Amino acid sequence: SWVRLCEECSRSRARAGELRLPPGPGATPVFMPVGTQATMKGITAEQLDALGCRICLGNTYHLGLRPGPELIQKAHGLHGFMNWPHNLLTDSGGFQMVSLVSLSEVTEEGVRFRSPYDGDETLLSPEKSVEIQNALGSDIIMQLDDVVSSTVTGPRVEEAMYRSIRWLDRCIAAHQRPDKQNLFAIIQGGLDADLRTTCLEEMTKRDVPGFAIGGLSGGESKGQFWRMVALSTSRLPKDKPRYLMGVGYATDLVVCVALGCDMFDCVFPTRTARFGSALVPTGNLQLKKKQYEKDFRPIDNDCACPTCQKHSRAFLHALLHSDNTAALHHLTVHNIAYQLQLMSAVRASIVEKRFPDFVRDFMGTMYGDPTLCPTWATEALASVGITLS
Amino acid sequence: MKLSLTKVVNGCRLGKIKNLGKAGDRTMDIPSCLLYTKTGSAPHLTHQTLHTIHGLPAMAQLTLSSLAEHHEALAEYKEGIGKFIGMPELLLYCSLHDPVSPCPAGYVTNKSVSVWGLGGRVEMTASKFMAIQQALQPDWFQCLSDGEVNCEEATSIKRARKSVDRSLLFLDNCLRLQEESEVLRRSAIIGVIEGGDVMEERLRSARETAKRPVGGFLLDGFQGNPATQETRLHLLSSVTAELPEDKPRLICGVSRPDEVLECIERGVDLFESFFPYQVTERGCALTFSFDYQPNPEETLLQQNGIQEEIKYVDQTKKIKTTSCNQEMTSFEINLKEKKYQEDFDPLVRGCSCYCCKNHTRAYIHHLLVTNELLAGVLLMMHNFEHYFGFFHSIREALKSDRLAQLKELIRRQAS
Repeated sequence: SWVRLCEECSRSRARAGELRLPPGPGATPVFMPVGTQATMKGITAEQLDALGCRICLGNTYHLGLRPGPELIQKAHGLHGFMNWPHNLLTDSGGFQMVSLVSLSEVTEEGVRFRSPYDGDETLLSPEKSVEIQNALGSDIIMQLDDVVSSTVTGPRVEEAMYRSIRWLDRCIAAHQRPDKQNLFAIIQGGLDADLRTTCLEEMTKRDVPGFAIGGLSGGESKGQFWRMVALSTSRLPKDKPRYLMGVGYATDLVVCVALGCDMFDCVFPTRTARFGSALVPTGNLQLKKKQYEKDFRPIDNDCACPTCQKHSRAFLHALLHSDNTAALHHLTVHNIAYQLQLMSAVRASIVEKRFPDFVRDFMGTMYGDPTLCPTWATEALASVGITLS
Repeated sequence: MKLSLTKVVNGCRLGKIKNLGKAGDRTMDIPSCLLYTKTGSAPHLTHQTLHTIHGLPAMAQLTLSSLAEHHEALAEYKEGIGKFIGMPELLLYCSLHDPVSPCPAGYVTNKSVSVWGLGGRVEMTASKFMAIQQALQPDWFQCLSDGEVNCEEATSIKRARKSVDRSLLFLDNCLRLQEESEVLRRSAIIGVIEGGDVMEERLRSARETAKRPVGGFLLDGFQGNPATQETRLHLLSSVTAELPEDKPRLICGVSRPDEVLECIERGVDLFESFFPYQVTERGCALTFSFDYQPNPEETLLQQNGIQEEIKYVDQTKKIKTTSCNQEMTSFEINLKEKKYQEDFDPLVRGCSCYCCKNHTRAYIHHLLVTNELLAGVLLMMHNFEHYFGFFHSIREALKSDRLAQLKELIRRQAS
């Protein structure tokens, strides 16, 4: 087995472990920054490596269109094309069904997309998605799933869930490189406990190296969100990694680690950086605002990232009001560092058997008083034995 | 500071400026270029990515146009712009304007000069100007001057005379204000030579400015359209002949490799490095050779290569014009072109920059086509390193008396 569980929190469901993938090991719990088009926006592979990142994401839908799998294969795979020496995970293209829904049409065959660039139609089938991902050569690949927005109700949710199971089997059958690339299943079922349970029962019968929890982190309420996550982790095997897709806010990360998730991805930290927002333990700083004009402190005194080592909020404020893109890169570096440092701290607390205390400290810093912590988070943590006050 | 010349060859000065910086312990070679910045940062580059570049200049250029609107914050900061921008290790020169942005005319008066930042116009009298410099504390700064005569098409003698008179008045005012401030005395004022296209006024400007205790000279208004270039170059020679040998001569608005060499031959020491930035912004990479002493076989191969590159450029010039790439030079390649889609070579074979050591033309092409921010970062790293390498080769060529070879090599590659 290529995920080794180091420690389990005796109270909650939190675990610490290690992914063992061909390029190298990666600690879990882990936050994976998103580099959609074979680049982390604005920062070099060297910078990302220096921040301690050992796994990041690429996107099959985008890369499949530009530059295309044939070219990437000629460039020695996605690792070679973007010169990333560590681990890569590619999403199947399924999420674009939801985010680009006006351009897509779902049938049993697959998803028919109309390219936004040249109007051409492409069919992304389970087979095609795996074929592209085989060419990309990413270390973890995702099944093509029938993704429905979490705000959708009715028979469509059930249809999508069963279809995702069928598509999982088609992906497994089409996968040409199971020895080198790890195909993960994606649990669907929306916000319906019965549907999700059925999906869990079925998909866990398949011998896949890992499971993702999909169909969440859309427009659903946080109360529904955490219950579906908890339901999923309670029925997923302990000896395989659990990847919660699309989760990235600090509070969500900490709570979902407690609920038993190991891997996370989200565009939020990098996207919000490009809007001038810096992530800090108490929330975020909107550095474009006038209040930072003469604030000569770094973003975070305790942050070890290059931005905080060298620059003040005042300088970043001035730079953000210029047309020099360097401003965005400074914040991207910091926000990635913030996320990675957070997960590192989470992991250390699990290994050192003090995760519940860590959670209390974290919530205290973020919200001030434990009673000010959002209700959903308090409930979610309580459900796995962590109380805040 | 002390400028010592190692040698002067055909008007080209090779030497060192010593005792620079607040501690008086830094040195700068000449001829050299200054690191171009926008709002105190190299374009696209953080400290980390900037410092992967080999051959970084000892001095960076800041522009008052990008910094003036922040002077209140800087005054409160107290520790100077170098520390504020995270570049305490570099020497700093503050120019008035950004060489890349056009210069709106009609805003210089007898009492004030305006600069244009992103937040709008900042009008400065001599005292406001010096107050801003006191907050910035650069090592050198361009004195307040009337350079507007250079924005106009044809200069009347009257206007040229006025630019000289005004600039001298500003200079004397600023020198007087400098004397009253201990902080300001630690910076050197660079006197600005004005006078438009009028020889008499240019000479007057040079002689009069040279009488003042300035740290060096900025040759303003020698950039412009190629039509009047020969006249300007002639003016330039005449002007530098009037300047003392032991003070540095800077020029603004000149950054292309061929124009740089022309100016070095006419006694100029320091240049801005905005040309590699402009190349980056149009999605291009500098590829021109400055290897003036390859082995004979290499020369032949390279000549053929250059011949082909130039032929291709001529053929596609029409296409380029219509697709708005008129400003592209033959010192560079356009990575957006389809032919680079599957080109797995580095931008320039043998280049030691981060981009060439780690990435391919195909990857840069992809980043440009997908509008990714990383394209600008990687191209800027390459273009700066290539450009700084060019300046290094100028100094080497001067040392070994091979400038004529370098000049011929560059001339062959100029469009």
